[in-house]
Amino acid sequence: MNPGSPDPKKRYGLTIETHGLTKKFGHQVAVDGVDLAVPPGSVFGFLGPNGSGKTTTIRMLLGLASASSGTVNLLGMEMPGRFHEVLPRVGALVEGPAFYPFLSGAANLHRLDAATRHTVPATRGARVERALDQVGLAHAANKRVHAYSLGMKQRLGIANALLSHRDLLVLDEPTNGLDPQGTREVRHLVRSLAHNGTTVFVSSHLLAEVDQMCTHAAVMSNGKLVAQGSLADLRRTGSARVRLLTPDGGQARTVLAGLGLDCGAGDAQAGGETLLAALAPASGAPSTRTDASQQAGSGEILAEDIVARLVAAGVRVRGFAVERESLEDRFVALTGEGFDVAQ
Amino acid sequence: MPSSIPADIPGSARTQKVAVPRWSGLSLMQSELKVLFGRRRTWALLLALAAIPILIAVAVRLSSGVPSGRGPAFLDRITQNGLFVAFTAMLVSVPLFLPLTVGVVAGDTIAGEANMGTLRYLLVAPAGRVRLLLVKYAAALAFCIVAPLTVALAGAAIGAALFPVGPVTLLSGDVIQPPEAAVRMLLIAAYMAVSLAGLSAIGLFLSTLTVVPVGAMAATVVVSVVSQIADQLPQLEWLHPWLFSHYWLGFGDMLRQPVLWDSFASNALLQAGYIAVFGASAYARFTTKDVLS
Repeated sequence: MNPGSPDPKKRYGLTIETHGLTKKFGHQVAVDGVDLAVPPGSVFGFLGPNGSGKTTTIRMLLGLASASSGTVNLLGMEMPGRFHEVLPRVGALVEGPAFYPFLSGAANLHRLDAATRHTVPATRGARVERALDQVGLAHAANKRVHAYSLGMKQRLGIANALLSHRDLLVLDEPTNGLDPQGTREVRHLVRSLAHNGTTVFVSSHLLAEVDQMCTHAAVMSNGKLVAQGSLADLRRTGSARVRLLTPDGGQARTVLAGLGLDCGAGDAQAGGETLLAALAPASGAPSTRTDASQQAGSGEILAEDIVARLVAAGVRVRGFAVERESLEDRFVALTGEGFDVAQ
Repeated sequence: MPSSIPADIPGSARTQKVAVPRWSGLSLMQSELKVLFGRRRTWALLLALAAIPILIAVAVRLSSGVPSGRGPAFLDRITQNGLFVAFTAMLVSVPLFLPLTVGVVAGDTIAGEANMGTLRYLLVAPAGRVRLLLVKYAAALAFCIVAPLTVALAGAAIGAALFPVGPVTLLSGDVIQPPEAAVRMLLIAAYMAVSLAGLSAIGLFLSTLTVVPVGAMAATVVVSVVSQIADQLPQLEWLHPWLFSHYWLGFGDMLRQPVLWDSFASNALLQAGYIAVFGASAYARFTTKDVLS
């Protein structure tokens, strides 16, 4: 799938670009030939069940772990070779927040900001204050992190990622441990940052989260990248199907077969039999369950025509719907298992 | 989290970063020292060290007198001159207490950060692995300077408080006045700081091998004990000059008139060798290590 055309204002094509990125731990292949393509300005969701290799990939992107093979380019520069040019422009939250428990929130940010030679010490205080304010921690700035709740630590971790101007934010499970209010705030924050031109790479095992804040997504499964592209593209590849509830199963099957629709074995119920028939993959509206009349003009057999044929053939139609595979169905199909399996 | 994100974050304009690419080379060092000497554990270690001369002084004060020739060297002289509390305490702390505290600090350098998870955030800041390693070692050295000084100063203070202070008779028989004795005390502290530099390098290396700081700490202390035991075995005499603890008790030469610098120089050279070997090992290990904690 095409990751979208690069912004001509940027000097580099893709914000994150990996080729054949592989990480082996002994005989175990944690990440297997991943080709990521994250376009600038996107909010890129990095999906996959726990243990699918997301965090290992992120560690390789940031130079924390070396790749067994393959290449990484961040902001148009090779990693980890040019980390001292790349990383000052990258804010990161990797595998949960981690801080010195005996230091206050503000002191922790001061320390991490002082760790690099690329920040301006004169503005450090102001930047720390601003970052804490951005994540709503201003009131707890001088409390020891030891006394922070998980959600507060998570916020502090995001504040750390926001200390300087960043061209790229890498957020690994940013809403972990946050209450619903905090989750919404993070979503809002991510959108505003993206609006200001920062590319955001968010990993998550929560589909809804990606669905709500991302423009692009990639799906990992067992160390492999199984899908990648804009969210609209990913939805489009899902197929549509017809769900029909009727007491006249046999006759309905004949009619549907006459229309070229193949339906599997029916599911007998009290109200009759439920038949499912796949429509040709369509480029329809993005909603997961649409009214039949919206399906017109896509080269498919029109839903109303199907109903008309059925009724004309004497089939009693008790229920009829055109269903589009949801994003979740699609991801479950890709990863072969439910999300959240290991939690 | 306030919903409006202002576009102008102070100090974040990219032009500023390009103009000053390498601003504050020393800020990480400052921060490291602040964290090391700001945390309670370091204070507890230093207080424990300060307790050694205090314990000695109080014990001597409360007892009727120390028979000459018993107990650690200098012990019998304390009642005549309080400055000997410091000398006695320094001598007593060399075999175990100082290596113990240095083992805690040096063993914690990298493993402690890895254990807290802050290592990955320092590295993506980016601190730079070599720079971080150098800063960590420098901070451990700073502790090696402060630790013997703590013993010396606490000893001098408690000695002056509980006993008379007067001229000191050196091992060579010469007599020096208290101000010069203080200078000698600082020389001994410097000698000990140098002595502990090699052990710190070993601790730093061990610290790059694990994410369990207690393991690195214990291993460092064990290494120092093993080295001292090996130094006692006549069968291993060929090895003795190569053991990093070989000159640890050689600071008596600082108490001669004139000062004998031979053992100081041999010690410094030996420690430099250990720093080179274990510093290089730590470098090789840490710069290629996958940070997965």
